[in-house]
Parts: sequence; structure tokens; C-alpha cells
Amino acid sequence: MMRQDHLITATQLSRADIETVLDQAAEIAADPQAWAESHFGSVLALCFFEPSTRTKMSFDTAMKRLGGTTTDMGTVESSSVKKGESLADTVRVIEGYADAIVLRHPSEGSAQMASEFVDVPVINAGDGAGQHPSQTLLDLYTIRENAGLDDLSIGIMGDLKYGRTVHSLADALTNFDIRQHFISPESLRLPRNVRYDLHEAGAQVREHTELDGVLPELDVLYVTRIQRERFPDESEYRKIAGEYQIDADLLSEAKENLTVMHPLPRVDEIAPDVDKTTHAKYFEQAHNGLPVRMALLDSLLGGDDK
Amino acid sequence: MSDRKLRVSKIRNGTVIDHVSGGQALNVLSILGIDGSEELGVSIVMNVPSAQLGKKDVVKVEDRELSQSEVDVLSLIAPEATINIIRDYDVTRKTRVEQPETVTGILSCPNPGCITNGNEPVETSFSIVADGVRCSYCGTIIRDSLADHIDAE
Ligand SMILES: [Zn+2]
Repeated sequence: MMRQDHLITATQLSRADIETVLDQAAEIAADPQAWAESHFGSVLALCFFEPSTRTKMSFDTAMKRLGGTTTDMGTVESSSVKKGESLADTVRVIEGYADAIVLRHPSEGSAQMASEFVDVPVINAGDGAGQHPSQTLLDLYTIRENAGLDDLSIGIMGDLKYGRTVHSLADALTNFDIRQHFISPESLRLPRNVRYDLHEAGAQVREHTELDGVLPELDVLYVTRIQRERFPDESEYRKIAGEYQIDADLLSEAKENLTVMHPLPRVDEIAPDVDKTTHAKYFEQAHNGLPVRMALLDSLLGGDDK
Repeated sequence: MSDRKLRVSKIRNGTVIDHVSGGQALNVLSILGIDGSEELGVSIVMNVPSAQLGKKDVVKVEDRELSQSEVDVLSLIAPEATINIIRDYDVTRKTRVEQPETVTGILSCPNPGCITNGNEPVETSFSIVADGVRCSYCGTIIRDSLADHIDAE
């Protein structure tokens, strides 16, 4: 069981918290049927103020696989939010229908605020450019399965400024003996508050503008998408984003057992020819979302230690 | 405390905030939420010589005794400030401002995407970190010119 009532940021997770969830996720993955009735009657509210397919489906399926059900707020366009209702009011109403709330919202800090207005657990499924800690748990599960979680070099590449999966992952990795390399254009480097967290945690961190020099020493390469809207014009975007794309040819410079990850959806930052290599773990990573979110829900809903 | 040092007349009852960093007196009033509408007697002295600070401001508020928690938020902009509670022309209590762990409802978050800048029933909250303050909601760190972020309403 985690000590917290909510999951808002990755900074709140200790190594023991993480290992407890990952260990349980591994048990669930080995025998999912054993958990099929464990939260019979529990209701999870899905509150997605931004479009999401896989995160929402993943939580929806996880709750149902634990024997519970879900209730979906629907899209913002179809809800009372469009009439100007505050988030604080929305979650106070939804609290009455559900045993836990999964929230995705475009404002940074929205999940923290929501958690202050309700008594049921709130899971932050993405708050603007802030955090996405449940993604981090499945990322860590994938890293542990493929490379272990200590004495590693991890490269995190792409949009590090606005990438909430990156912020949560970087914070959580400070719990382990891991060298973190951040690879991005200057304009998309890690924000100050995340660099502050890493510094406070005494993490081993290096920042790079090119993948070339650091690729041979990496055990894991975590690629994220650089979005068009971060740049003033199309040609600037194409020029810069093109420097942070990988293909099978480039990976010939990498360690043989390099694990390549991506939170998905990808566009062209990982060429399709990488999919056939032994490096590609991003679909496995996405599939890990199910047992990890089942373990997380069980922990927040007060599961008995099986 | 000499009259020359204060340059304004003594007050009978109230609070004298001394050793405020030069030029910050109006921000002190803003943080304390004093804008004149309370009809309290308020006098300020700005940029007088100070051995300790070079230049200092002094703020006097008549007929109101400020509590320690009220004045502690002044540590953000006036860390050297001293607080004198005056009763019947005498200093009955003299304290320093102490750095609080969090500051609520005083500063606004400079991140436009922060939930505290949305239309929500929530006060801003900042924790004090090594050399600045940090939004308890979005994590944004403010290091310089805190006074620019005072939410004067
Ligand atoms: Zn903020």
C-alpha cells in the first residue's frame, strides 16, 4: 500500500512505494484472473477534460478487470463544464458517484487542487505540462523488466519542456542509481522546477543538444514527440524535430541491448524500421499500462495485501 | 529609539515595522492588505539612512497589533524587518520576522497555465525553497523580484 491518499506527482513516490506497485503489477500480470473480483462494486470516475484514448481506455479496462465499473464524464463539450462550472465543483459532484477519480485537465496543478476538494483518491492522469505519474509507473515497470532499475544510463529525448511524462519520469528516477541524460533542442530543455527537483535529489544529470555523442553509453532511450505548435513556423519545426528522430540505421551505434521506449502516440520520431529490431519496447510498454494501473487502483482503493 | 531616527511622531497604540528594505514600504502595506479603507492611521518613511541596510523604510500602523503570522510573510521582501508592538507609547513586544513554511493568498503564480489562475475557488500557495518560493500547485519557482508577484486586490 502506498502511504498517500492520492497520486498527484511522481515526486511523492518513494522507492518503496514504486517497488510495491511494480511487484504487485508483476503478480497481476502473471495471473490476472486472481484479481477479477477484488474490487467488485467499486466505481472509478473518468474525468478527461482533454482528449485521450489510451490512458482513458487503460484505466477503464483496469477497473473492470478488478471487478469494478467506471463512469465517464464524457467530453467537455457535452458536459456542464462548458456552462462555466469550476473544476472544484465538478469533482465535488462526481465524488458522490465514485470511489476514486482519474483526472486529466489542461491546467498545471489541477489534480492537486481537485484532491483538496474531495475525500476519494484522485489520480493525476496529466495536468497540462505538469505531471503524469501513472504513466511513470508503467514506464518504470518496463525499464525494470528490460534493464533493471539500478546502475543504468537513461537518455530522455524530445520535448522535455512541456512533456509531462518526462517530468514525472525524471523525478521518479531519482529514487534509483540511474544516470539521466536529457537530449533536446535548447528551446525545449527541462523546465527550471524539474531541474530544481533533480538537483535537490542529488541526481546524476547531464543535458545534451545531440544524441550522437551519448547514444553508445545508453541502456534505455526514452523518446518523446516534439509538437508542431511549439514552433513559430513549419520549416523551423521540421528542421529541429528532424534532429531528434531515430531509425534502425542510427541505432547500429547503440548498445546491443538498448531498450527504446516511447509513451505513444508516435508520429515520425521513431521510424517504422525500428519496430522490427530487438530494441523496440514501446508496444510492450503500452501493454504494461494495464497490470500497473490495476495495481495502482488496488493500492489507492485499499486492496488487501494478497 | 530616537525621534530623529523615525522622523515621524510616535504612535500611541499599534505596530511599527522597522528595518524594512529601502523602497519596500508600499509592498509591505500591500502584503498586509492595508490600503487606507480600514481608516487606520498609517504613516510611512522611505529611504532613510540605515547603518544596517544602507537605506530603510519604516511603516507605522495605528490601533492595530499585527500578529506574528501576519508579519512573517513580510520576510519575502523585508527579511531584516523588526516588529514593535506599541501600547501607550511604549514598545511592549519586539520581534523579528521569521520565514514561514508556506505563504497563502499573497503572491500570484506567474504561470498562466496554473490552476490558481483559472476561475477556481482556490487561494494561491507557495512554499519557501532555497532561494525563492515555489507554487504548491504547478511547481513554478519564483526567484527574483517577489514584490512583482504580489496580488494586490
Ligand atoms: Zn502555479
